[in-house]
Amino acid sequence: MGEVIVVTSGKGGVGKTTTTANVGTGLAMLGKKVVLIDTDIGLRNLDVVMGLENRIVYNLVDVIEGACRIRNALIKDKRYPNLYLLPSAQTRDKNAVTPEQMKKLADELRDEFDYIILDCPAGIEQGFKNAIAGADRALVVTTPEVSAVRDADRIIGLLEANEMKQVHLIVNRIRMDMVRRGDMMSSDDVCEILAIDLIGIVPDDENIVISTNQGEPLVGSDSLAGRAFMNICQRIMGEDVPFMDLDEKRSIFSRLFGKHKKN
Amino acid sequence: MGFSDFFRKKGTSSIAKDRLKLVLVSDRAGCSPEIMEQIKNDIIAVISKYIEIDLDGLDIKITQTESESNNGTVPALFANIPIKDLKASKR
Repeated sequence: MGEVIVVTSGKGGVGKTTTTANVGTGLAMLGKKVVLIDTDIGLRNLDVVMGLENRIVYNLVDVIEGACRIRNALIKDKRYPNLYLLPSAQTRDKNAVTPEQMKKLADELRDEFDYIILDCPAGIEQGFKNAIAGADRALVVTTPEVSAVRDADRIIGLLEANEMKQVHLIVNRIRMDMVRRGDMMSSDDVCEILAIDLIGIVPDDENIVISTNQGEPLVGSDSLAGRAFMNICQRIMGEDVPFMDLDEKRSIFSRLFGKHKKN
Repeated sequence: MGFSDFFRKKGTSSIAKDRLKLVLVSDRAGCSPEIMEQIKNDIIAVISKYIEIDLDGLDIKITQTESESNNGTVPALFANIPIKDLKASKR
């Protein structure tokens, strides 16, 4: 019986789609059968981040409306065995789907897949309600900024009101140099404010931009973000993986410089 | 250098954290600054009927307080209302 996971944030641009792509790909790399569903109707993006934009025939709304079978709409990612994408519709609006329909669709996929991962749109309206309707677990993505954390808090409140069983936090795009000099909230700070369990810390990494340019998720690669996302996948699977030491790249020069810069 | 520099060295993350904590208390309580302003005006109107209060020193806000019944903190409406002239108002 598969597990349905929604990736959400409230605020836009904090890395929901990137997280969905990397966590989904990572779980597939670890041998799980995974389907990614882009629930952002009208603003589809997961297909380009995954590099599968040229292979779309049918979309989520076609499936919901019964214009095609689920099987026909799923795009198989040829790079990884057992990784599929159900793209969103670009030319429809969010009201084309109801929460009940989304829940039914997710439940139908449980038999065949280990993980059904839903990429939620920004905001707290219809699209959000659709995405969380059928989910067992939520990954709340935030960055260490006041606006993103505030929105994450609102989302967490709504998830709890909807009786989401498990809610975990991913702090994305953290810059250890800024945290060290006290100009960015640490993952501990964010965790303390939001009062939910942390499942991942992803450092700000230019390799994310490079990998997105190419349409290839970087999970599993030897970059900081690639390793951070793989760790998240293992934690989702129930493994106890220690958090990465993001300070390791700090040189003696930067230590001296950082300490005496103000004098 | 100066005293203010000593504090600035702490960085801006603590400012972010403090501001967030405050805004989240009112967010979670579902109490917007607009509603707070209305509550404040109503409190002023009621109390002014009986005693003269110092409007400049008046402070009303939502804070966190330790709950007596269950563990953890709960939001509380905190009002600090300085009385200007008790004797004059008693007349």
